[in-house]
Amino acid sequence: MAIKTNKAIKLSQKHLLGIQELSINDVNLILDEAQTFIKLNKSKNKKLAVLRGKTQINLFFEPSTRTQSSFELAGKRLGADVMSMNMANSAIKKGETLIDTAMTLNAMHPDIIVIRHQDSGACNLLSQKVNCAVLNAGDGSREHPTQALLDALTIINRKNKIEGLRIAICGDITHSRVARSNIYLLNMLGAEVNIIAPSNLMPEEIEKFGVNKFTDMKKGLKDCDIVMMLRLQNERMSSSFLSSNREYYEYYGLTPDKLNHAKEDALIMHPGPMNRGIEIDTKLADDINRSVIKEQVELGVAVRMACLKMFCE
Amino acid sequence: MKKQYFVNANIIDPHNSLKENGGLIIGEDGLIEAIGKKVNTNNIHNREKIIDLKGKYIFPGLVDMRVFVGEPGFEYKENFKTLSNAALAGGVTSVVTMPNTDPVIDNVSIVDFLKRRGRDKSKINIFPSASLTKNIEGTNMTEFGLLEKKGIIAFTDGTKTIQNTQLMSRIMNSAKDLGTLIMQHAEDHDLAKNGMINSGIIATQLGLSGIPDVAERIIIERDLTLLENIRCRYHISQISSAKSVQIIRDRKGKVKFTTGVSVNNLSLNENDIGDFRTFLKLSPPLRKEEDRIALVQGLRDKTIDIIVSDHKPEDEEQKRLTFAQAATGASGIETLLSLSLELYHNGSLKLETIIQALTNNPAKILKINKGNLSIGNEADFCIVDLEKPWIVKKEKLVSKSKNTSIEGKKLQGKVTNTFVKGEELFKL
Repeated sequence: MAIKTNKAIKLSQKHLLGIQELSINDVNLILDEAQTFIKLNKSKNKKLAVLRGKTQINLFFEPSTRTQSSFELAGKRLGADVMSMNMANSAIKKGETLIDTAMTLNAMHPDIIVIRHQDSGACNLLSQKVNCAVLNAGDGSREHPTQALLDALTIINRKNKIEGLRIAICGDITHSRVARSNIYLLNMLGAEVNIIAPSNLMPEEIEKFGVNKFTDMKKGLKDCDIVMMLRLQNERMSSSFLSSNREYYEYYGLTPDKLNHAKEDALIMHPGPMNRGIEIDTKLADDINRSVIKEQVELGVAVRMACLKMFCE
Repeated sequence: MKKQYFVNANIIDPHNSLKENGGLIIGEDGLIEAIGKKVNTNNIHNREKIIDLKGKYIFPGLVDMRVFVGEPGFEYKENFKTLSNAALAGGVTSVVTMPNTDPVIDNVSIVDFLKRRGRDKSKINIFPSASLTKNIEGTNMTEFGLLEKKGIIAFTDGTKTIQNTQLMSRIMNSAKDLGTLIMQHAEDHDLAKNGMINSGIIATQLGLSGIPDVAERIIIERDLTLLENIRCRYHISQISSAKSVQIIRDRKGKVKFTTGVSVNNLSLNENDIGDFRTFLKLSPPLRKEEDRIALVQGLRDKTIDIIVSDHKPEDEEQKRLTFAQAATGASGIETLLSLSLELYHNGSLKLETIIQALTNNPAKILKINKGNLSIGNEADFCIVDLEKPWIVKKEKLVSKSKNTSIEGKKLQGKVTNTFVKGEELFKL
């Protein structure tokens, strides 16, 4: 299958650290490129040679299933040599700092480093110390740009546009890098964004990002085209943010009853992994007419292929 | 020591309400013999060597009430010798050292060691503080009386706050009985837990946990409420928010206490953190521009009494980490005066107000005869070229640690000479 090659593609950034750093032109270029890979990923021969001879290192300091496998698969389909490092067994455990790890890996001349780290800004720090492109696969509570890009692609493929849509992001916003990246990107692309969370999980001054704040889920879902649910990040919660999971489900779990407040054709999204029965009703999660959760995973590979290709150039 | 004569200087000594062009004579014993406009070339014997300062300024040696020294335990960050040299380069001649060392300064046996090291290795006046609680654990009081007899000037847990209100009231009672000065770093530990920078849009954007200003306010309000019944010598180490300034202004007429502010919070705001600049990870955190302006206003109307450097040397390894992992604090004793002078040059504060907050006021709080140029006192002073432009470069800092919060900043005004007991110990 022929893949059209855009010769004059120029991104404004050397690294993909966050949506905040991207221009709308960058975003459109990445999304256009990703469209071409969706078809490829469905075809029989999924392998290209675009990144043949290039080395991609995946540095995952936090456990990850879908993002790590998605980046690994994306790199391999483009023909790159992909090395995924399990940082749990690495020198970091022996007391090596992130900068020293970066220097060590940099000496091996990689072309691209994909990093996931529990600390906000870790990818920024890494990018200052290496010569190759750095792709952020999630840093602390700050950004997860490829997730936002794949979410945008999913919405565009279903709704044909983003501009003018009303999109609700609901759940643990405080700890969510997905929420932040999505707010930046959806705002940039012209959507109206509603943020729904209990006050304990609502970050300070979030309204200054140009979003509508709701603590009442039903009000926040009113006339929404997209309902984006987030996972409760218990691992990042140091003290009591919530009374119980069952109370959270009662007020902020997505149920058919609450979904009725959104538009009739509203779609359900979730970046995964899901806590079924806590933030989302298990039947809704699997409802093929409403839920596009599997599609998000599928398009994730295409978006990451586009990012790898374009930031490698 | 030979007798020294300086003429044609702009002398500012808030303690003696002195603000005039004149001279300074230092006797052979290192004490101030004469000062002011009456000291000029006409009444000094022309055989003497006279130094014409050509309009440079003479200030009393600065008194910095919040300085961390790495000794004992963290000598690789700063020892008494390097601290002393850094202080002299900044015109600081007296410091209060914080007890957050390893081991903690919390018992009489370690004070002897401290005094000895301070005397042998340092050329400036070291006034050590001890901790309020044993091992800075916030549970058991230290021996204020015995420690004070050994030469401890004040008590503070330094980077930590007394959380337990009952303990705080007992500390205040003891301090009242003994006439001891206690200094509180005001921060509710639970509200500030895991916090790294000011709560608000910057924290949300950077994905860092915030420290709300209410964490500071709640401790200040609690302590000032206790102080209404237990009148002890109480000092708030440093404040960071407009709210705190307001509370202090409201309460100042009712109870007696004093307040400090770090030069960092007077000069920088949270926007300076930019792209995760760990050198600006400070405690209390930098807050909004409105907060900074309120702090400056607080100094102007005497709500805030003193400026401190909050000099906290950290080696680079502790800063070359992610923001969450990086150590808190900035080295700043050398730049304390120059950075404070920025507020004079940009028209925010009068020169006398700044110098008072750096000399006479801290000395008054500490009840020490320093920070003034009274006749008969030890000649601790600095000569300053008020207009001299310079750029802060970390590799040029004298301090052992280079973690300045203002790398690359253009400043105006620099200490050219510093004297302690009449002896010139720093010359640019």
